[in-house]
Amino acid sequence: MNIVVLVKLVPDLVEELNINPSGAALDMSWLRLIINEFDDHAEEQAILLKERGGGQVTVIVPEFEGADEVLFTAAARGADKLIKLGGDFIGANNHALARACTDVIKELNPDLVLTGVQANNDLDGPLGPTLAECLAMPFVGYVSGVAAGAGKVTVIKEYPGGLKAEMEVKTPTVLGIQAAEQPPRYVAVSKVRMVMKTVTIETRDAGTLDGSGGPVVGRMFQPEAATHAEMITGSVDEVVDKLVSIFKEAGVL
Amino acid sequence: MLAAGRELSKTIGGQVVAVLLGSKAEGLAGNLAADQVLYIDHPALADFTSDAYQKVLAGLISEKQPRLLLLGSTSIGSDMAGELSIRLGLPLVSSCRTFTADGKFVCQICGGKIYAEGELPAPNALVTMVPGGYKPEMGQAVKSPAVTRIEAAALDALRVSIVKYIEPEAGDVDIAKEPLLIAVGRGIQQQDNIQLAEDLAQAMGGVVCGSRPVIDQGWLSTSRLVGKSGKCVKPKVYLALGISGAPEHAEAITDSNMIIAVNTDPKAPIFEFAKYGTETDLFDLIDPLIAKVKTVKG
Repeated sequence: MNIVVLVKLVPDLVEELNINPSGAALDMSWLRLIINEFDDHAEEQAILLKERGGGQVTVIVPEFEGADEVLFTAAARGADKLIKLGGDFIGANNHALARACTDVIKELNPDLVLTGVQANNDLDGPLGPTLAECLAMPFVGYVSGVAAGAGKVTVIKEYPGGLKAEMEVKTPTVLGIQAAEQPPRYVAVSKVRMVMKTVTIETRDAGTLDGSGGPVVGRMFQPEAATHAEMITGSVDEVVDKLVSIFKEAGVL
Repeated sequence: MLAAGRELSKTIGGQVVAVLLGSKAEGLAGNLAADQVLYIDHPALADFTSDAYQKVLAGLISEKQPRLLLLGSTSIGSDMAGELSIRLGLPLVSSCRTFTADGKFVCQICGGKIYAEGELPAPNALVTMVPGGYKPEMGQAVKSPAVTRIEAAALDALRVSIVKYIEPEAGDVDIAKEPLLIAVGRGIQQQDNIQLAEDLAQAMGGVVCGSRPVIDQGWLSTSRLVGKSGKCVKPKVYLALGISGAPEHAEAITDSNMIIAVNTDPKAPIFEFAKYGTETDLFDLIDPLIAKVKTVKG
């Protein structure tokens, strides 16, 4: 099975998030970017499918700081081909990214295109459905299991409340991965370093980006909460005592 | 969404039209707070596939040219929105939480930590909405709206089909019925640390549950998942250990009588809606808390 995985780098939410001087976008200058966790799952699912049924996995990452490391890690996990999309993707939306990689993906002629179900900075919808329409492929999102078949895949799609459905989708298709069938595998830094010596990243120029179809943000801000928890401070013992009295007050102790 | 649509129509005018797609599902239109319901019926719409549903919606939008189409930011709405955007050349605004009094969108991103506001694209746009900005009961009506039935055009050459539904596994305990839940999130860090939560739950007579990252790691069974894709819970006390309070989790716990949040990040969104909170590290807190609980219980 010929599989393409499209991976984004997104803000690390553990870090302090600041708004840039324009007031309408995140300040990217010191922001740490990490692999979108759902794209990480998409990559794992692709590798699992290759291990089970053979084939090739190509990982595509738009040019962001950290893209090379993400690509080499993918190779260390088992990806065969690495493509970096060259261009200025800071502030680019998913419509722009979908259009930018359409030709590259079409050339690869995949059976499956996997990407994460969503990313934490999506403002114009998740990438998968937009990409699917650009590629004239069907789309199923919130997928947590994929089995290859002849000319089709069988997927498990999740709905709210824990309900799932088993669905058949004709290939080629795009899938939005919620969770791989196992957590994304760890690869040692030493293995990634070895891979860096032997594997090359192919760079393809994305050309001018077309983000039409996304919203124009007038103002970005950190919300002022209307309410806030009553904070319990002090030594560990003081916090413990206060919690116990709260549990009693609530009738659970 | 109906509540949002009603509020927005007071600002920008227009009618609120609910669109219902299905097969023999007209009865579901009953209490929708809409000026009108368009019900589209076709056997291929009995189950949701974006392949069939977006074809039908695309035809409807092209014909009716609504100012806005609101879709849920769910495994149904989100699957279609991007496709419709490209297919029809319509702008898409996603993760919208509310509309302002002057008709701007306010979207929620980055785990709820950042809001983005802007003018609604004109003349027509698609918007996916997340819960939390409006009360669902404001979208329900006492009086049934007028329902117009439309037969869908032929839906053939569909590429996606449902084989079967899989009901959620029952599990050993129904967390939706438990009065005391000890919830663990990413902050629990490793599988072995779940035992701390189990020990506390045992000492207090509670049950352990978890947010999505913990379940995806396989550290707790799916029957213990609290969140958009799991269960909604409303215990007397929800003790959240190392949970940030991202929207997909928050929406499933807001009916709790009391939320107590333990998180070392003072900016964790959970502190905005929890009743009590502490920045004390859960790894410093749990063992002394268990010891104190045992002393109190005697």
